[in-house]
This record gives sequence, structure tokens and C-alpha cells, in this order.
Amino acid sequence: MTQVLDKPVQLGTPTVAERTARRKALLEWIAIHSLGIAAALFFTLPFVFVVLTSLMSDQQALTRDLVPDTWQWSNYTKVFDTPGFLTWWKNTLIYAGLGTVLTVVSSVPVAYALAKFRFRGRNVALMLVISMMMLPPQVVIIPMYLFWAKQLDLSGSLWPLIIPMAFGDAFSIFLLRQFLTTIPNEYLDAAKVDGCGELRTLLKVVLPMARPGIAAVALFQFFYAWNDYFGPQIYASENPGAWTLSYGLESFKGAHHTDWNLTMAATVLVMAPVIVVFFFAQKAFVEGVTLTGVKG
Amino acid sequence: MSTHTLRAKRRRSALRTVAFLSPWLIGFGVFFAYPLVSTVYFSLMKYDGFGTPVFRGLDNWAYVFNDYPLFWPALRNTLWLVLVMVTCRVVFGLGIGLLITKIKTGTGVFRTLFYLPYLAPPVAATLAFVFLLNPGTGPVNSVLDGLGLPTPGWFTDPAWSKPALTALALWGVGDLMVIFMAALLDVPKEQYEAAELDGTSAWQRFRYVTLPNISPIVMFAVVTGVIQTMQYYTQPLVAGKVASGIIGGSGQQFEPGYPDKSTLTLPQLVYNLGFQRFDYGSACVVALVLFALAMAFTALLMRRRGGLIQAGD
Repeated sequence: MTQVLDKPVQLGTPTVAERTARRKALLEWIAIHSLGIAAALFFTLPFVFVVLTSLMSDQQALTRDLVPDTWQWSNYTKVFDTPGFLTWWKNTLIYAGLGTVLTVVSSVPVAYALAKFRFRGRNVALMLVISMMMLPPQVVIIPMYLFWAKQLDLSGSLWPLIIPMAFGDAFSIFLLRQFLTTIPNEYLDAAKVDGCGELRTLLKVVLPMARPGIAAVALFQFFYAWNDYFGPQIYASENPGAWTLSYGLESFKGAHHTDWNLTMAATVLVMAPVIVVFFFAQKAFVEGVTLTGVKG
Repeated sequence: MSTHTLRAKRRRSALRTVAFLSPWLIGFGVFFAYPLVSTVYFSLMKYDGFGTPVFRGLDNWAYVFNDYPLFWPALRNTLWLVLVMVTCRVVFGLGIGLLITKIKTGTGVFRTLFYLPYLAPPVAATLAFVFLLNPGTGPVNSVLDGLGLPTPGWFTDPAWSKPALTALALWGVGDLMVIFMAALLDVPKEQYEAAELDGTSAWQRFRYVTLPNISPIVMFAVVTGVIQTMQYYTQPLVAGKVASGIIGGSGQQFEPGYPDKSTLTLPQLVYNLGFQRFDYGSACVVALVLFALAMAFTALLMRRRGGLIQAGD
């Protein structure tokens, strides 16, 4: 800005130098926005092709055509009429909904203690949380499966996936802890001067301030459950009545072998809720991604 | 204050800490420490889920390393994915991050469009890509054919299946874009202005101002990318199953790593050994290899605490 103000105001014809500078800026604008549009095509065209194919006839979906001849909206009702599809929806909502509530309730106090309490071994505890977060679920799956299936007889259901969420989720604890450390201690001290114990401080002072962090954790957890494939594959595969959308979708492709139009319609129906939720909660989401990565 | 009340106070505060941590303490014991010890135990046993485990010493380890035909292909694939897929994702994510900081018109719309694919559920995104890259009639090959370019077999060709998975991973680069975007906006403006006054080119400014400033974030992206690759499971498995045309679902057998073992990753071996061959002992051996690799890279990440852990009070 200062550069502009330092120069004498010129009302006449611009000098050659100014004209080349302006032309350079315009060319740069065009180059960058062309690149932007090319990138936008790369990111959106897959969605477009999937939606277009989901509206074709089963015959046309097997051809090289890109645009439907007749727009068959009935493909979507056919998907809903597929036996099991509504059950998968219900199971997914239970897994994602109940799992999210349990995760938030159990992770908030842990994250608060790790962020604000002083105690010996706090750093060790934090390291262990991060290690759990980075651990591929397959590492402990054999003993876990034996535990749930043989000892508690819970295979064929989603309970082996939901119950652990009542005992804190490492990623959620870590993200919430990152968020809670940003809350200034003055607020907590003030609450204590007013005679609040730690639990009341957490509930009355910290929770209202931590709402964006909690929203981010809830969203991530909801999406995790929605997207989870490995968990339902291990525990629910033997019982189609317990399948989730992510798990059922693949078998849908198997059952509708050559019906790419129906498979793509089902794919749209699995993607759509996630995208709708994102549009309502965009800010919390992006904040969460940045929080886990760069705050430091 | 007498030492007595002080001690009582300290005990109360310790109890309070334990109470707040209790959900995680239980979770840590039951879902992390116990199964990890148990995995080591089973890696030394012959066990198929019935009867009692029989001690076999290091036989399972010898089997996995010497005779299990899927182990080395899976490890080689993992190396390929670390070298190519992680590198491509970091470079592309940085490029898209740079682009979005330069776009001045419609920034919000562009950012949302670039970010959305990251959210697509992995099974749905993989199905979509198997369809898009369908060698015969898929839209991508239709376009390539129309332009007179070669049309690869993508998910059905062992030489092209990992590049196809890389394309899928690049489509979902939104997480890295957001992280790089935040880092790029944090680079002090004065440094760019000073460099510009010195008459530097755009490339020089990127090389000597931008890169040094964001290098911790690049490191973070690389290491987390490697850790994610250790966990890479759903996409290669679903791509292989769907592309091979074999019906998935209730535990039927399918050719692991179709085509020709080219999409095998280590987590898939745990599933193959444990839940298809019911060789829990050997499954635990692979699980421990996976554990060692994941922890090695996590240690690398934690050594540079600045990027990951915010200082507490």
C-alpha cells in the first residue's frame, strides 16, 4: 500500500513501465485462475461422472457415453428398495451417532487433565496417547477379536466397535488437548476463586469455551464411524443385519455385478450425507484439521 | 499449613487426576497394553481359534519371512507407496496450497471444491475410481482414447494399479492443502518484500523464503504420510476386490492383492492370515512388524516436538 501512496498521482497516460507492470499483473491473474479452474475440474469431475452415470439406464452405463439419454431418477428408489439398504443406514447412524456421543463424553475430561493439570508422568501419558493414535488398528486385532468374539460372544454386531469409544479415543483426546491448552489459565483461576471445583470449572467454564474443539472432534468421530470399513468387516461381516453403509456398499457392487448405474447411485447416497454435514459445519472442520497439524 | 493437610491435599489432587484420566486409563489397559502383550504371546503360538494354543517358538516368524508368499510383495508395495504416493501427495498438496493462496477471486468456492474429495468415504471414493478408470468403458479412458493417447488397464494391470491408487490419493489431498495453506499464510510478508526489493525471481523467493519457513510442516506432512501408508488398507483392498469382479461381503475368499499381488499392503496380510487362513500366530507376526514400523516413524515425529505437541502449562 505504501508504495502506491509514495508515488505521485498521475492523471495523464501511464508510463511504459506502469503499463508493462499492469499487463504482467493481468497475465499472472489469468494464469493463476486458469490453473485454479484446471484443478477444480480435477477435483469435481469424478463427482460429476459418478452422478451422471447414476442416472443412466443399466445398458447405457456399460457404454462409453458420458451423459444419460434418459434421466432415470428411479435408480435411486431402486437402491432404497434393495433389501438391507435401510438397515445399513440405521446401523451406520447408530454406530456413528452413539459412538460420537460416547467419544466426546469420555475424551473431554482426559484431554482437560492432560492440558491443565500438573502431575508427574503427564508427558509420558501424552506420548502414549500419540502412540495409540498412530497405531494401525490391525496391530491388536487378533487378541481384540478373540476377546469380543470368543469371550464376550459379541461378534456379528457393532458393539465391539461402539463400546471402546466409551473409554476415550486417542485422536479425539489429542485434538481436544491441543484446543484446551489455548484457553488462558486466568479463566480457570477465576472460576476457582469463585469456589468452583475442577468438575464445575470444566462444566461451567471450559466446556462453553471449548465448543469449537468439541464440534471438530464430534465431526471427525462421526466421519470416522461413517467411513470405517475394517471394523465392520471384522466384527459384522457374518451378519448382514449388522452391516454399515461403507461395508454394505462393496457387497452392493458384488450383487449388482454389471449395474454400474445402481452402484453409482448407491455411491452417491453414501457420499451425500458426509458432504451435506460438511457444508453445515465447514468452519469447525477446517479448524480441526489445522489444529492437529500446525498449531505449535 | 501443617505437613499433614499438605499431604492430604496432594493425595486429593492425585485422586482427582486419576478420576479425570480414568476412561483413558481403562481404555489404555484393555484396548492397547493387554492386546499388545497378547499379540507378542500369540506370535509364538500355533492357534486357529479352537482348542488351546501350542508353543511353536519362532516358527511363525520363520514362516512369515521365508515361506509366506505375500509378505515380501506387500513390503515392496509399501516401499513403493512411501516413495511415490507420499512424495506425490506432499508435492501436489503444497502446489494446491500455494495456488489457493494466490487465487484472489472466488477463493472460498475454489477452497471448498479442492477440499471436498478428501471427505468422500474411502469405500465410495474407491468404487467411483474403479468405475472412472474402468479400462474398457470408463470415462477417463474414453477421454484418453478420444485424444489418441494410450489407455492403461489401471486397476486391472499390475503395473498401473498403484499409480491408479496414487491418483485416488491425490484426489483426496484436501487435508494437506489446508495444512500447507495455513503454513504459507504464516510466512512473514516482510521477508517476501525484502526479497522482491533484491530483484529475486519467483522461483528464488519460493526456494529461499517460502521453503525454509514451511519446512517443519513439510516434514510433518511426510512423516504423517508414511504413518498413514502403514495403515493403508481400505482403498487397496476394495479396489482389488471390485476390480477383480469377485463378489465381496460375507467372508468369501478372494485373490488378495489383485492384480498379481500389486495392491497388497501389510494390514491386508493380518486379515489374510488371521481371518481367511485362521493362522492367528503368523497374523500376529505381521502385526508386530507393522507395529515396529509405525512406532519407528511416530518416534521420528515426536523427536521434533514443535510440530506436533503444543507446550502445556
